[in-house]
Amino acid sequence: MNRAAQTLLLTGNHAVAWAARLARPKVVPVYPITPQTPVLEKLTEFQAAGEFDAEVLTPESEHSVMSACIPASLAGVRVFTATASQGLLLMHELLHYASGARAPIVMANVNRTVASPWAFWPDQTDSLAQRDTGWIQYYVESPQEALDTVLQAFRVGEGVQLPVLVNLDAFYVSHSLEPVSVPAQDMVDAYLPAYAPAHRLDPQRPESWGNVVTQDMYYRHRQAVEEAMARVPELAAQADRAWAELSGRSHGVVERYRCDGASTVLLTMGSMAGTARDAVDALRDAGQAVGMVKLRLFRPLPVRSLRAALAGTRDVLVLDRNHSPGAGGVLHQELRAALYGMADAPRVHGCLAGVGGVNVSPRHIAGFVQQALQRPPQPESQWVR
Amino acid sequence: MQTLSTRPPVTTPIAAPLPPAAGELMCSGHAACPGCMEPLTLRHILAILGPDTVAVIPPSCMAIISGPQPFSSLRIPVYQPTLEASAAAASGLRRALDAQGRQQTQVIVLAGDGGTYDIGFQCLSSAAERNENILYFCFDNEGYMNTGAQKSSSTPHYARTGSTPAGKTTRKKNLTEIMAAHGVPYAATASIGDLTDLRRKVTKARDLKGLRLITLLIPCLDGWGLPDDGALGAARLAVACGAFPLVEVEDGVRWTINSAAPTRPVADYLALQRRYRQLPPCDAAALQAEVDEAWTRLVQRSAAGPHTTPTGDTR
Repeated sequence: MNRAAQTLLLTGNHAVAWAARLARPKVVPVYPITPQTPVLEKLTEFQAAGEFDAEVLTPESEHSVMSACIPASLAGVRVFTATASQGLLLMHELLHYASGARAPIVMANVNRTVASPWAFWPDQTDSLAQRDTGWIQYYVESPQEALDTVLQAFRVGEGVQLPVLVNLDAFYVSHSLEPVSVPAQDMVDAYLPAYAPAHRLDPQRPESWGNVVTQDMYYRHRQAVEEAMARVPELAAQADRAWAELSGRSHGVVERYRCDGASTVLLTMGSMAGTARDAVDALRDAGQAVGMVKLRLFRPLPVRSLRAALAGTRDVLVLDRNHSPGAGGVLHQELRAALYGMADAPRVHGCLAGVGGVNVSPRHIAGFVQQALQRPPQPESQWVR
Repeated sequence: MQTLSTRPPVTTPIAAPLPPAAGELMCSGHAACPGCMEPLTLRHILAILGPDTVAVIPPSCMAIISGPQPFSSLRIPVYQPTLEASAAAASGLRRALDAQGRQQTQVIVLAGDGGTYDIGFQCLSSAAERNENILYFCFDNEGYMNTGAQKSSSTPHYARTGSTPAGKTTRKKNLTEIMAAHGVPYAATASIGDLTDLRRKVTKARDLKGLRLITLLIPCLDGWGLPDDGALGAARLAVACGAFPLVEVEDGVRWTINSAAPTRPVADYLALQRRYRQLPPCDAAALQAEVDEAWTRLVQRSAAGPHTTPTGDTR
């Protein structure tokens, strides 16, 4: 067993595969889809080399992948899978089923445009369209954060018995190489003890799942799911702190970047945060009080942390790399709901920036800021590029 | 609420049901229609498989029979997946048990024909291709009977259902041939009308590894229009007239016919069932011709041996 962390040059996809390997899942059903395929190939490579002791299933569709994940998890083993875009959409029915079954599956999703028309570019509409399915959702900025987040996702998901989606942007994260610190197996084992749920599908102690329930039982079950969700922000923060103690790396639930004294704050998720950092640096250099808040945990929305992070800010610019027809940017919509009723709430400007994968540079973002501040916020998200 | 709920004690203020016989895995007090052969069939299956069994039961008559939460008529764990996902769910469950060193535990599917021939077929084909170690039972009542009798691709030619009020215009899909073409270790038909054959097949399937599928004909009192005491007779007549021949196929290549050559005309079988009411004589004759043709093909298959297989795969 390797005892020390090693630094490897990894893409986001391979960082995810390394995290999955280190988490020691026992069952991995998986189906290939661009741009997720390198996750699948790296895991099967690990398995073929005898370095990954998991049952790998390759069914005929993502629908069957998730159908296999749920009872495997209920049988009492750790389960991992990965998908993207259309694959995630094909799973939609089962995403609800998994959270209802309280199966703490961890799934990486490479955010890719949703057809039609066909496209392969970074866009978060695929996973944001799953926001009501009962899955915890993280969005990551880099391959290193992808690795760390998959490990934290198992800890959080198993802590509340809910499934977790870890989202990484197509290509900007999934295919970008960077030096990634890959932790030692010992460290991960200490962080993630073997999964041993109290209830499982087991003939030695027969229990069942899925039978028809009464209205009252259904109501109470949904309440229980909500109570579990409500525990997630604190648990996610704890999981991040515990990982920081072992690895030295913390990503927070909500990250504030150069927000001190900022009158304008950019709010975004995923790889756009990296671009926004550069934009903030340039604007600060030019004497403008601009900061950035990166939302890492999207579901449940950490409302209290978001309010605290944005308190005292005059204007917030939401950069949405997604599109909900008729509603605009999903994060724009979510933030306004989160801030509603807050005393001295900041003004919220919504920017549909980077939809369909169009390039958004730091210079573009500086332009969005100048443009937005020229007039009061509009109720509709604005198309900007 | 817990992830998996244990069964609470029964508190219904009615006379206590008879306790199940020692070792009986199917309890009385289940929710099947009176006179239905499905619980009786399952009772024999579970008696042969024993308690080290986990069942995957999609939405179907069997899901109703096995009981609403918090009750269960089966003394084994049950996982109810979505309608179209039984073989995929069973595969995931199988692998999770294998990963825990529980290879001896049987993972079974108890699905209807809608969940098998139609919406669940894609994942069944994939599980067959992967030769997952699961034992799949299709309780074939030839339609969506749990939703009030609509046609499935297992509904036979000319049968009237809620979605084919003038009679179905196409033939019943031949599931056994399709599964045999996948080259699975075991594909068979069985019927409560021939209990000895049914019990032998379940025992044989139990002792094999890989994907095994047994299609069981379950005459539906309501959906077929049978009297309450008519199910067993219909099951027997289905075999006797050749409409539902008893067969088994090993490794997709060795075909064996387990029922005698038809001794009764199909018309006798049709006359029992209201779903064939007012069937014109020409259609009855066409059905007879279809049954005769299928029987001839079966005889050829069983006589020919492994050289005329659909796949040529003799494993």
